[in-house]
Amino acid sequence: MISQHYPVLHVVLPLIAAPVMVLARHGGIAWLLATAVSWSSLAVSVALFAQVADGSVVSYAIGNWAPPWGIEYRIDSVNAFLLVLVSLIASVVAIYSRESVAAEVPREQHYLFYTMYVLCLAGLLGIAATGDGFNLFVFLEISSLSSYVLIALGRDRRALMASYQYLIMGTIGATFIVIGVGLLFLMTGTLNLADMAARLPGVTETRPVLAALAFLTVGICLKLALFPLHLWLPNAYAYAPSAVTAFLAATATKVSVYVLLRFYYTVFGESVVFAALPMGGILLALSLAAMFIASTIAIFQDDVKRLFAYSSVAQIGYITLGISFDSATGLTAAIVHLFNHALTKGALFMLLGGVALHLGRIRFRDIGGLARVMPLTSFGVVLAGLSLIGVPGTVGFVSKWYLVLAALEAGAGWLAALIVLSSLLAVVYVWRFVEVAYFREPSEAVSRLKEAPPSMLAASWVMVVGCVYFGLDASTTVGGAAQAAATLLGIGR
Amino acid sequence: MSPAETLLAALAVPIAGAGLIAAAHRVPNLREGITLATAVTLFALVASLLPQVAAGDRPAITLFEVMPGIALRLVVEPLGMLFAVIASGLWIVNSLYSIGYMRGNKEAHQTRFYVCFAGALAAAIGVAFAGNLFTLFLFYEALSLITYPLVTHHGTPEAMRAGRVYLGILIGTSIALFLVAIIWTWQLTGTMEFRPGGILGGDIPNATVGLLLALYVFGIGKAAVMPVHRWLPAAMVAPTPVSALLHAVAVVKAGVFSVLKIVVYVFGVDAIAGLTSVDWLPFMAGFTIIAASIVALRADNLKRRLAYSTVSQLSYVVLAAALLTPLSIIGAALHIATHALGKITLFFAAGAIYTAAHKTEVSQLDGIGWRMPWTMGAFAVGALSLIGVPPAAGFVSKWFIISGAIDAGHMTAVAVLVASTLLNAAYFLPIVYRAFFVAPPDDGHHAHGEAPLAMVVALVLTAAGTVALFFLIDWPLALARQLASG
Repeated sequence: MISQHYPVLHVVLPLIAAPVMVLARHGGIAWLLATAVSWSSLAVSVALFAQVADGSVVSYAIGNWAPPWGIEYRIDSVNAFLLVLVSLIASVVAIYSRESVAAEVPREQHYLFYTMYVLCLAGLLGIAATGDGFNLFVFLEISSLSSYVLIALGRDRRALMASYQYLIMGTIGATFIVIGVGLLFLMTGTLNLADMAARLPGVTETRPVLAALAFLTVGICLKLALFPLHLWLPNAYAYAPSAVTAFLAATATKVSVYVLLRFYYTVFGESVVFAALPMGGILLALSLAAMFIASTIAIFQDDVKRLFAYSSVAQIGYITLGISFDSATGLTAAIVHLFNHALTKGALFMLLGGVALHLGRIRFRDIGGLARVMPLTSFGVVLAGLSLIGVPGTVGFVSKWYLVLAALEAGAGWLAALIVLSSLLAVVYVWRFVEVAYFREPSEAVSRLKEAPPSMLAASWVMVVGCVYFGLDASTTVGGAAQAAATLLGIGR
Repeated sequence: MSPAETLLAALAVPIAGAGLIAAAHRVPNLREGITLATAVTLFALVASLLPQVAAGDRPAITLFEVMPGIALRLVVEPLGMLFAVIASGLWIVNSLYSIGYMRGNKEAHQTRFYVCFAGALAAAIGVAFAGNLFTLFLFYEALSLITYPLVTHHGTPEAMRAGRVYLGILIGTSIALFLVAIIWTWQLTGTMEFRPGGILGGDIPNATVGLLLALYVFGIGKAAVMPVHRWLPAAMVAPTPVSALLHAVAVVKAGVFSVLKIVVYVFGVDAIAGLTSVDWLPFMAGFTIIAASIVALRADNLKRRLAYSTVSQLSYVVLAAALLTPLSIIGAALHIATHALGKITLFFAAGAIYTAAHKTEVSQLDGIGWRMPWTMGAFAVGALSLIGVPPAAGFVSKWFIISGAIDAGHMTAVAVLVASTLLNAAYFLPIVYRAFFVAPPDDGHHAHGEAPLAMVVALVLTAAGTVALFFLIDWPLALARQLASG
């Protein structure tokens, strides 16, 4: 039965597709393959999600080498949730990318673009699916290297510099992660994460294990762009091709958050991370700094993509804040916000990609009166912006609800106040867009603009509708997140 | 239709109406026809629920679950019934008035105006029939957002600035305070339902109750208790029909309605009566009543004066709710209705003066009563109602609120109400006096008569309604009694 191979299928499919694309050297075929791969991995992920929704675990031994000696793929409710998220975004962005890439990337590089796209997808899905520490590092590198290439394909020359910056920071992060994994291997003699978790309790108080925790934390936080390790992110998001920005903003940092959760809860266990060490306090302080400082920086950006890139840094702060509570509600908030923020930012960057199609860089002074000529795009940005603010009826509200609830449950009323105050900063930068797009008279350049091609607009609006739909019917997402949180806490105990 | 279906239809009709209005944007007469038809249909639907609610039924419908344990739910209880009848009934008159005003002033973007108006009514109905705090909050925020394009209708820098103040305060307070209060309530009680007798009763500490009440009262910025009142005068840059129906009835009443509803069904009147931590509220409301009246007294711009009068009158409802006696709760509920009729008349008159004579300041109104007798006559009726002179409806609600204050032994509240009555007279009667008894300036200004017929008909209707409500007070009184008795 093919369904037995589901856990590995969404890694194998893109890895097979990539060389085929290179051999075919044809942009159209490459796009078709990339889309087919994305959608089939979505189907596989949804099937897996349904399979583990009750809290069970699917274990898959690659090449029939039994774990812990062979590489194990291990799907539980935590990574199943993430697999669905990543493949869902990839599928929508794949549809979107056809027109967007055609406009932004030179024709002869199209097939390379889609090759890198599926490799990046394979990397992200692999990180999520694998239960092996070294395999995780390998997929991390696959996704990172391919995303450096993807970012460098941006038509602005600064994309090269941004990619280089990300390369340096990302490599440092990956090195830290491999050092951490190496130290853990040294102390436990295993690379299988579940096996590692079973062997660690005997040696938790030793210095190498604590050093491993420190290396892993810093390395992963570099990849997930936790303030102040976020410096690579704004430029990378601002100058990458639109489809890449949308894809990476919605998935890459989210997968890194998953890696953090996996190491903290499954491998080390919450008692080590949060009780013996002050990780909760550190995460809390950095998250608050991200929420306020990055949001404030966002307010003063002139480049709209950079604005929302800084907003991403702030929103990642909400996710890590949820983790810092070390409670079921806090984790639920963090995990549900992974999904919700991916939808919101995916929608925003995809819509902005439609504007960038004709305009290149999107600066506030260049888009006055945009709503006159691109009403659907502008209204979509407003709706997604309301979700960033956290208006009820959008996904952002659901995240904020659980985050504030977690703060109140922890008896930290002041923290609840800070959470809502920081979301008011989002009102300021979202309303900058509203006032510019709706109240200014369109300039001559703007009045020549028109709506993005239907495929891009439809794909973007799928995400916008998702922002509203999952804001009104959050039972699936919150249920999935709560189950994932329970799994994490259950294993950690 | 079953009551639950009627309830759903009442929410769906204005939304569908908004869609139809947008579709008919090329044919103004059809578009305005749809607006009127939607308003009449909505009123008929709402009114058809009235007998059942008066008989003690509570039609309810749960639409779907939003988050585990939190559903989008509509329930009709007496106070919501009262608010919905007032808002939907006045929408008919206001639509008539809007047609005259928008055409008379050759306003731009009329389709957007009517679409947003219908959307605002849908949100107001949602607020009125909200069956739990989540649903209330959802529609409350929707109401803020959908009215933003109405406030900034003219698109001028001035309108944009006012829009910032408007949304900044309403969204800011609701997210920073109201939302926290709701989540806190949920965390403390595990429920969001509105229940007679309240849900917070029992072992919640005194200080927590006080803090929660503060979060609710100031978080519901639409109730305009000082210092979160500034959005209301700012909203006056909108076309007058918006000021009339939304910023004298639907939006502001959604605010005080929410406060009253939360005091009665979340805190529970009996549960918090006697708690020391809630004593501050009557004083805060009293301060708002007096301070806003003084600002109104000094305002020369007519709409600004009316806006501050609204701020003051809204705090009547908050004060009455805070007195926590059955009589004052009845007074609070009635005041939502009586002030609505009186104030919409005053705004209608202000808009009529602007349309016919292009005058906006009180000092310009010398002798205008002889040119616009119907308008200024209606204005006088509305003013008398707000002052509380029988046989205008304002007398009844004021009577109940003062009785409640005496009942509660709250002499400060009694003094505030008496002083405020004098202040009301002091800022309204000079306008009436100027209009009828001061000779018009001989500046050769072109002659003008009344405003377009649609507007005059509308304001005469609401003025007549103000008097009629005095004699027909039984049905709102019955609803208010149900509210007060739980």
